[in-house]
Amino acid sequence: METLMYLDNVVTLRLDEEKCIGCGMCLEVCPRTVLSLEKGRARISNRDACIECGACSRNCPVDAFAVGTGPGCATAVINSMLGRRGECCCSLDDGDEKGGGSSSCCC
Amino acid sequence: MMKDSEKPGKSDMSEQRKPVMIFPMIQPGFTAGRMGREVPLNLPAITQSFVVDTLSTAVGMVPVVDSRLTRQDHVGSLKARFGIGRMNYRVDPGLYALGRPDESAPVLVSANYKLSFDCLREALPGRTAWILVLDTNGINVWCAAGKGAFGTEEVVRRLRSSGLEKLVKHRRLILPQLGASGVAAHEVRKQTGFAVSYGPVEARDLPAYLDAGMKATEAMRRKNFPFRDRLVLIPMECLPALKPLFLLTLFFLIAGGIVQGPRWTVEPTLNSGIFMTFALLGAFFAGTIFTPAFLPWLPGRAFSAKGLCPAWIVVLILLESRLTFPLSLPRVLESFSVLFLVPAAASYWAMKFTGSTPITSLSGVRKEMRRALPLQIAGALIGLGCWAAAKLLRVL
Repeated sequence: METLMYLDNVVTLRLDEEKCIGCGMCLEVCPRTVLSLEKGRARISNRDACIECGACSRNCPVDAFAVGTGPGCATAVINSMLGRRGECCCSLDDGDEKGGGSSSCCC
Repeated sequence: MMKDSEKPGKSDMSEQRKPVMIFPMIQPGFTAGRMGREVPLNLPAITQSFVVDTLSTAVGMVPVVDSRLTRQDHVGSLKARFGIGRMNYRVDPGLYALGRPDESAPVLVSANYKLSFDCLREALPGRTAWILVLDTNGINVWCAAGKGAFGTEEVVRRLRSSGLEKLVKHRRLILPQLGASGVAAHEVRKQTGFAVSYGPVEARDLPAYLDAGMKATEAMRRKNFPFRDRLVLIPMECLPALKPLFLLTLFFLIAGGIVQGPRWTVEPTLNSGIFMTFALLGAFFAGTIFTPAFLPWLPGRAFSAKGLCPAWIVVLILLESRLTFPLSLPRVLESFSVLFLVPAAASYWAMKFTGSTPITSLSGVRKEMRRALPLQIAGALIGLGCWAAAKLLRVL
């Protein structure tokens, strides 16, 4: 089945190939087959498929990834614009929310 | 007053004084010892409706669950899909037994949204496993992982308070792959000694994954978004849109009846008011039902663009029924009004679907919204302007 694609050239995912040790963990956790392993190193081979979930970056033992993560959710963006945040999962935490995990979802 | 030596939590306390009294059947001194800080053992309630039995273990009575879902489970799922009690559809976090697992049975980790938990056990008929349910505030794995509730810290905490290391001889947890955005596998291993394996994206692939010696095929690692998956999400697209839909309909029905005088009559309500109501219903259908259902086949990449195609079909049908002879200026203006209103509303509702899909990125949504939202607002204003002009012509 062909992968459904969203917008091109917007994704913030970056990989420092110098740091990569080729453990392959990022390939395992990526739900969109964005990465591939070539010559013992990970490579971003399908960047536009990335949904910025941050699984690769979180599970990289050498911190080779950089990505701005967050929900790809219009409702969350609107809620943040309107200043609604905190008690709803449909908001963006820009790092200034305390705890981070104490949200209950409403979307 | 307690003497200092009797206060709980003192680290230099002698072995027999260790106060662990969360569950009476757990002997004092039984904590998840080796794995670092002492955490009191904590087992889920055995009184929950889906618990079929209990398993007496070294750490106490572990609730046993079945892979067969009951009628009550199915009704609960349906209600959650329609938003009824959805935010409180939870199971107790902690350790469960699927069947009668032994010390070599796999440990599967899940979220405490009951839909997630049911999905997991239903996928494993005739198998035994330990299920470790994390406290994710009743949110599914994917969303909770994004928010960090399904995270490294909670895995470590829940593992320690489950007493699992006394029940299994292996040191491996199987996490759903979609939990990976919240959990750092290497961190869990460092802190607890348990290795993390990421299972397949879909629970239904678990049997094949387990049989293959915990190896997932590439297809199991990819999150697809087939028709059926999109269909079950539609109710939660419609429901939040119902309130604005109802209010707008009410407005157009009431305002539609105002005629020269000014006074309120039934005939124009039925005529112009009903027309606008159909326009709104059409936009609602195009944005919240048609777009999610037929997402891959609609032209455009941005969701707001995908919503336009069905909206235009709705507009065509509306104009076809409205622009009949004899034409009058108010009628033409009203038609112009839906030409802008329907695409604006449908596009907006379609854009809201981004949050329910596994294919959008935050950067992408931000970019889409920067362009689409001003256009949607402009479209709505122009539409309302045309409608108001038509109204004025009728009233004056």
